Amino acid sequence: MAVALLEERTATAREREAFDALGAVMDPELDEPVTDLGFVRSVDVLGAGAPATVVVHLRLPTSFCSPNFAYLMASDAKDALRALPWAEHVVVELDDHHDSDLINAGLAADAGYKGTFRHEAEHDLAELRETFRRKAHTAAMERCLTALLRAEPTRGVESLADVTLADLPAGRYTDALLRRRGALGLPADAVVDPDARVMVDHTGAGCAPADAGLLLRKARATRVSIDGNAHFCRGLLRTRYDGSGADQVERSDGAEPADARYARALPLTVIRSGKDTP
Amino acid sequence: MYSKDGEDYFIVDAHVALWDGRPENQRNVHGKQFIDCFYDYHRNLSPEHAQWSYEEYLYQGGERLMKDLFEDGYVDHAIFQPAYLFEFYHRGFGQTDEASALAAAHPDRLTYNHYWDPRNGERGLAQLREDAERFGLKGVKLYTAEWYGDSRGWKLDDPWSYRYLEAAQELGIRNIHIHKGPTIRPLDRDAFDVADIDKAATDFTELNFVVEHCGLPRLEDFCWIATQEPNVHAGLAVAMPFIHTRPRYFAQIMGELLYWVGEDRIQFSSDYALWTPRWLVESFVDFRIPEDMTEYAAITTEQKKKILGLNAAKMYDIPVPAELRLPDADETETGPRGADDLVPA
Repeated sequence: MAVALLEERTATAREREAFDALGAVMDPELDEPVTDLGFVRSVDVLGAGAPATVVVHLRLPTSFCSPNFAYLMASDAKDALRALPWAEHVVVELDDHHDSDLINAGLAADAGYKGTFRHEAEHDLAELRETFRRKAHTAAMERCLTALLRAEPTRGVESLADVTLADLPAGRYTDALLRRRGALGLPADAVVDPDARVMVDHTGAGCAPADAGLLLRKARATRVSIDGNAHFCRGLLRTRYDGSGADQVERSDGAEPADARYARALPLTVIRSGKDTP
Repeated sequence: MYSKDGEDYFIVDAHVALWDGRPENQRNVHGKQFIDCFYDYHRNLSPEHAQWSYEEYLYQGGERLMKDLFEDGYVDHAIFQPAYLFEFYHRGFGQTDEASALAAAHPDRLTYNHYWDPRNGERGLAQLREDAERFGLKGVKLYTAEWYGDSRGWKLDDPWSYRYLEAAQELGIRNIHIHKGPTIRPLDRDAFDVADIDKAATDFTELNFVVEHCGLPRLEDFCWIATQEPNVHAGLAVAMPFIHTRPRYFAQIMGELLYWVGEDRIQFSSDYALWTPRWLVESFVDFRIPEDMTEYAAITTEQKKKILGLNAAKMYDIPVPAELRLPDADETETGPRGADDLVPA
């Protein structure tokens, strides 16, 4: 292997800017930015003048993470970096994945998803994105409604069918739900749409009070799954890449006592620059 | 057998392997990536005292397996569920000859399941008939994300897959263990999608479909199909070790499975050699749903006994001492089992 190039140095303003831009890139399955998950391995900006080159390396928890999601995140990263006015040339590479060669060649050539995976792809990834947008909404809805049940122990589960946006307390769960609703094109403003029902599917259709219990249970399974996957993926990344825990931002949903060892109170202040070679 | 606090537990480890991940067997970089991925799972989820060195992890051999399962691990009976992975390993990953010979030498202790790949067409069907006779197959392990030339996976409801399931039914191979991995064609959709299992389970009602890893990372999709199909079961491979570092997540998995699938259709396994059974059995017997998780009912000792062995023993006709047997729960065949319908949140 190559000589280890690990070095910590203060990021330049542009590297900081590039990292912040990557904050818009989501892992659709885990419903979190790749920057919070620690998936950004390095950010380097070459050249101090107006047109510069930005080189980003991404890493994932295993070699066998789904190639479609891997491609999706890597290509979204390239798009996000290209939007930076000074980034004339953008290089995004995915490291240590079973499809790294294929994906990196596809990204370099801007071949697109179908051009990259050829015979393995039939359509683009719009449907896949939509599937996980719906799951993210379902989980956010369950968090809000379960919090309501816990806060009001006498409330019956049937009454959840009629809960409206105006009934939700201000806070993190409600904000998250409104964002997920917005992504699906559902009414997403508690002031403008106070009467909009909370317990709805992706089309906005509500349910009868008698069905609310079962729908809450279904939604709960989705929430448990997403939280569980998110923490397992974080844990595997820390196991695979020594020190990567320092690049992760704490996730409180689904957190357990064992996570106290890794929890970070503050987001990243330093960007790891230059590839660390195992 | 495991005994604690006056209770005896008959243990069936329903998913074990005898693998060879050593460099000399690796066909390409993917062979290394695959065993390394397993090793990261092992390191990430095992308690410190149960962690192996990388060298130990690459290959165990039959003697070590017998010790880990039956001497140290409380296991009464174990079932081999091999993965072939011929595109990654010269002699395959699961060691057919060694594992089947071990099972033949210890028929009271071990059952050997084999595998098939429907992309082998007629040739594979003929091979399946030979294998059924050679190994006396009661079950198979299918890995739908197996690579094969340009193909990186297949679905259980493919036309050729149905030919194999028809043959299995005819040959008396009743137990279909199925695992999904992340690469499958076409890549456009969710690679862990379990809808094909739903279809096959509806069309082959005489077969049992044990979904390994209880559908993880798609627990919710699995629960939703399993609750509607009386012949779909949950295998706990890879789910079990969360009991150590992520006990709350494990409690949620168990709570969901007991609610949607019921206590008679969940099977314990260590997924040896990913993990070893001793600490898993001990932890599970001691396990309680955290008190603040009022949305889930407590797990009973009877439920633990069924999950740890009685359910798989029934599926595989493994003899269980009369005093350890338990009757089936009085639960609906389909739909939520209502284990906790009194506790909405």
